[in-house]
Amino acid sequence: MITRFLLQGMDRNLRLFVLLVLAVGVTLPLLNQIVPPGSPFHVPAWLLQLIGKYLSFALLALAVDLVWGFCGILSLGHGAFFALGGYCMGMYLMRQIGSRGVYGNPLLPDFMVFLNYKELPWFWYGFDNFGFAMLMAILVPSLLAFALGWFAFRSRVTGVYLSIITQAMTFALMLAFFRNDMGLGGNNGMTDFKEILGFSVQADSTRAVLCFASAFMLALGLVVSAAIVGSRFGKALTAVRDAESRMRFLGYRVEGYKLFVFVFSAAMAGIAGALYVPQVGIINPSEFSPANSIEAVLWVAVGGRGTLIGPVIGAFIVNFGKTWLTGALPEFWLFALGALFIVVTLLLPKGVVGLWAQIKNRSLAKKARAPV
Amino acid sequence: MRSTSALLYLSGVTVSFDGFKALNNLSLLIEPGEMRAIIGPNGAGKTTMMDVVTGKTRPDSGEVVFDGRADLTKLDEANIATLGIGRKFQKPTVFENHTVRDNLLLALAGLRKWHRLLLAQPTKSEGQRLAEILSIIRMEEQQHMLGARLSHGQKQWLEIGMLLAQDPKLLLVDEPVAGMTDVETETTAQVLREINKTHSVVVVEHDMSFVRALGVKVTVLHEGSMLAEGTLDQVSADQRVVEVYLGR
Repeated sequence: MITRFLLQGMDRNLRLFVLLVLAVGVTLPLLNQIVPPGSPFHVPAWLLQLIGKYLSFALLALAVDLVWGFCGILSLGHGAFFALGGYCMGMYLMRQIGSRGVYGNPLLPDFMVFLNYKELPWFWYGFDNFGFAMLMAILVPSLLAFALGWFAFRSRVTGVYLSIITQAMTFALMLAFFRNDMGLGGNNGMTDFKEILGFSVQADSTRAVLCFASAFMLALGLVVSAAIVGSRFGKALTAVRDAESRMRFLGYRVEGYKLFVFVFSAAMAGIAGALYVPQVGIINPSEFSPANSIEAVLWVAVGGRGTLIGPVIGAFIVNFGKTWLTGALPEFWLFALGALFIVVTLLLPKGVVGLWAQIKNRSLAKKARAPV
Repeated sequence: MRSTSALLYLSGVTVSFDGFKALNNLSLLIEPGEMRAIIGPNGAGKTTMMDVVTGKTRPDSGEVVFDGRADLTKLDEANIATLGIGRKFQKPTVFENHTVRDNLLLALAGLRKWHRLLLAQPTKSEGQRLAEILSIIRMEEQQHMLGARLSHGQKQWLEIGMLLAQDPKLLLVDEPVAGMTDVETETTAQVLREINKTHSVVVVEHDMSFVRALGVKVTVLHEGSMLAEGTLDQVSADQRVVEVYLGR
């Protein structure tokens, strides 16, 4: 039953793409671990870290696309779910530091000692356990999405109003997390991580495993998303996107559909955040900044909204461009981002994936027209 | 709530938008199996009446009872649709990014809950029902075509197919022949009479020749209230109706 559910949405292209993601996730870490550093085939650790980061961004993009591309909910606050997942991972990593911190306090992280905390705040309990922290990385974003979606979808808040609410949510969270008395590191956030599950976060082998884990979770995300989109639920979901009131008059309770996919998407974003933090080694309130959420929407637009492969490709293209440009021409990046938004909106309404289909159709049409 | 043998019972229904009374103490009775035409000049409250019955608009006062037991003023669109009231809009609204077959599948009576649909597999009886409807609306060949690629006429047919799939007890039809040729109008009248054999129907229409072709009881609305009721010949002879339609 479950296998049938998982396989129902997979077409040939997607199957190949999932295999490609897994191949990248296996090959790159192996090339780092097995091939000796002098060889031209050796993959340096910084590249593993970079690809691992892109993979977690791709998972976030997939989450955004699931609500925006398939259900028409333009969320401008998915960065918040991503950051919350990241904070849960950050709290686990902080507790792993133990007495190796600057102040050497076995229980309290450095920033708490600095702020004169006498004991661990209640919401830090349990985060020394990896399983618990990962559960929270999924549950906390899900619960927030559930609470927001429950009220918004019941009150039939749609379109730009919903976008503004989600944007306000991430902005409010950013302001809250900037406060030192939140007990979550204030504007410095959390960093100086030492170990994850007993392995040093700096070690190449840990980076290799994290890169693989990111690829694996992205592949899993693609398979489950494909199953959801390919089911009868998925047909109803896209119908809600295209003609919501028509679905109501057919007897569908639209709120349930939106709420499920919104919560599922938030959970996926939370997992992406939890994968991101140990690879970049820091989490701070700037991750909640509204611009981050908007950028994630842009990845989806560039790659191809309403396809499953598109957001992954978009996340890679835009972030590769960002890495390259901020290195080569730092002051130029924001202009490039703005230009990209305009070009995609005007010329590529279906993104890169749509462009590919367009070229294919055109060459087919040419072939059909050519005299035999 | 009054108990009644009528399929649809409206009593003293009033709806106002910013002080303007779109419906003013409207009362109306539709018997089971009946087909009723509702006519009236622009702004008479025809569409608002449909909105009240389907749960889109809540009345300020009055009773709306379906099937002698359900108080429609307390329910939302999805509940009312599940009870068995279907609505066809003036402009054909099919799902453009879905195939003809998927359009019908979404309309098919039965599964509506999101968690049931996640694991739903196509069943034999559903397949048979879909094949039946596809043959009634003569669209077997187009069943894998996207809604967006259908012609205007094909969309109208698909929408009729979706209503058949939904299998409502009461069907509300909003201006079905707007923008149609005389021949299409005649065909549509036939189709509605055919549907009326198994379903109750309420038709809102401007086109008098179409209403004549239907040959059913007519209700005339004016400024949110009922002005006259009877056969088309009876209401046409009514001095007040003539004034409303021709007087100004």
